[in-house]
Amino acid sequence: MLRTGDAMSAAVMTKAGAPLAEDDPDIILAVDGLETHFGRPPRVAKAVDDVTFRVRAGETVAVVGESGSGKSVASLSIMQLLARGGRIAGGSIRFRQRSGTMIALDKLSQKEMRKIRGAEIAMIFQEPMTSLNPLMTIGDQIAEMTMLHEPIGRTKALEHARQMLELVEIPAAGNRLGDYPHQLSGGMRQRVMIALALACKPRLLIADEPTTALDVTIQKQILRLLERLQAEMGMSMLFITHNLGVVAEIAHEVVVMYAGRVVEQAPMRELFRKPRHPYTLGLLHATPNPARDLAPSAGGEPAVRRRLTPIPGNVPSTTELPDGCSFAPRCPLRIDACEARKPPLVKVDPDHASRCIRHEELS
Amino acid sequence: MTMARGAMARRVLSRLGGMIVVLALLVTVVFVIVRVTPGDPAAVMLGPDATQADIDQLRAQLGLDQPMLVQYFLYLGQLLHGDLGQSIFLNQPVLSALADRAEPTFFLTIFSILIATIIGVPVGIIAAYKRGTLFDQAVVVAAMLSASIPSFWLGLLLIQWFSVQMGWFPTSGYGGPYAGFFDRIQHLVLPAVSLGIVNSALIVRFTRASMLDVLQEDYVRTARSKGMSEFRAVMRHAFKNALIPIVTVIGLTLALLISGAVVTETVFGLPGVGSLVVSAVLRRDYPVIQGALLVVAAIYVLINFLIDMLYVVIDPRVRY
Repeated sequence: MLRTGDAMSAAVMTKAGAPLAEDDPDIILAVDGLETHFGRPPRVAKAVDDVTFRVRAGETVAVVGESGSGKSVASLSIMQLLARGGRIAGGSIRFRQRSGTMIALDKLSQKEMRKIRGAEIAMIFQEPMTSLNPLMTIGDQIAEMTMLHEPIGRTKALEHARQMLELVEIPAAGNRLGDYPHQLSGGMRQRVMIALALACKPRLLIADEPTTALDVTIQKQILRLLERLQAEMGMSMLFITHNLGVVAEIAHEVVVMYAGRVVEQAPMRELFRKPRHPYTLGLLHATPNPARDLAPSAGGEPAVRRRLTPIPGNVPSTTELPDGCSFAPRCPLRIDACEARKPPLVKVDPDHASRCIRHEELS
Repeated sequence: MTMARGAMARRVLSRLGGMIVVLALLVTVVFVIVRVTPGDPAAVMLGPDATQADIDQLRAQLGLDQPMLVQYFLYLGQLLHGDLGQSIFLNQPVLSALADRAEPTFFLTIFSILIATIIGVPVGIIAAYKRGTLFDQAVVVAAMLSASIPSFWLGLLLIQWFSVQMGWFPTSGYGGPYAGFFDRIQHLVLPAVSLGIVNSALIVRFTRASMLDVLQEDYVRTARSKGMSEFRAVMRHAFKNALIPIVTVIGLTLALLISGAVVTETVFGLPGVGSLVVSAVLRRDYPVIQGALLVVAAIYVLINFLIDMLYVVIDPRVRY
């Protein structure tokens, strides 16, 4: 999976050793060197450019990045649900089925992929308002999922849908089956989406910004719910978000993406304590944290509001990525070497990787 | 549910009220327009040699010498009794004249809308699904072309090819008074095809546009993420949501066909309502013109009412 451009291949991060994905039964999803492109030459947008990560059984991996970082495209690549004009141009996506065998999702036909979608990998989306079909009752939408993958009649499927609604803590679930989405609040709809996604007990749940559109208090409820269900069902979760606060709540492992590339990867606490990429550092400084920002300073002086520091500039267009480090134009640590060529993802600790040639200065 | 039912009853009542207002306005406008148009039925009836005295006598007999306002209220009184009046020329009540001519127009309209829908909806769906492909572009161009073809011209072409050269279909007429059902249907094929093709263009365009909107909705992506076939995702989740504009345009096309059959009936020599109206206009047969317009308009309004009620069946959000 390593590309010829990565001369420092010995030091290049292939977490847990890429070839070992088949041997380690703990690994549910192995994405290696994934490249997803949109459009035709000469205007190809490299929405995902050389992305590698692993998801282990029962683990939550958060993929963090600004809009345009390629995090959603990466998740849709896994599901083979890319929008028009999108294609997987390189790399591999391997997934361990319930049977225990590892299959390459990117090699499956659409027909084979349909058996995976919903049944083994399910997905919930950002907008609970628009992700449910407005013309179908929520009971039917959940029941449809079960009926697609299991030999089960409508009556039984609706009964199962009722149980799923109870599982996601919707009050009076039995009376809700006949409701249409517009009769529910945003938080309730997201619960319905979760019930729908989990109806076939998938091994992996991809949650694409599931709390972004919700009120803060509802966000917490949904995160708690997802956490509880994950523990109960023993599933793995790939959690796409731009919100580091949410990452701190739910993730075990964090993948930070910038302009289609993974720039840093570490266990959650490690990443917050010792960020080793200037972009991650920038993200942390740009995240509000009332406890820190309003805390009294060392001398016991009255609290002085600490300002958030925005990262200057914007994410580059994925059709015009710089030759070298894509974060270099916005980076406070930029040196000429940064722009010479694409920096490799290197291990800075056994389970911590950074795509910055000056990572040592950040430790 | 009781709330929904109350809202539903209110909706039906308000639409019915609206229909009555529209029809009342229509009666008035038609009445005025028909009388403002130059030409005198008595003069037309009696021919160029009639004396002014003869004409005046006939006008009095027909009630045309009364003041406009008096004529208007007399007419309204008649209508309230369900009487559309007596044709000046045909020597029969307007209602029965219309009923005699209703059959060809009815079947022509039904066949045309069926053909237009059977062509229009699937082609529109496939074009939207294959957006930007050669097929889609061809459909867009074809829809534009066929929308700009006059149906009578297409009708003449069809007669030329299929009736005159191939001899598959009759060139004209409705098979005479004693023709069997199958014979009459055969007379309707070409007119229905020409009206159907021309009117499918609008349905294609609306279906395509509506499907393009819906196909990029989040819930279609949700449907795909559930692992269903493309056909099921497109038909059950996308198409159903695209239905409201499609149903609307089919209903409007149907209404337009009823009124628009006039020219096609003339080209194909069909003894329908359209040709009745044309001859009534030429002869200034006021009661027939008024009656026909009123009936067509009532059907038009009724179709709109039915479309409105269909919305409720399609979309649960309309119920509240």
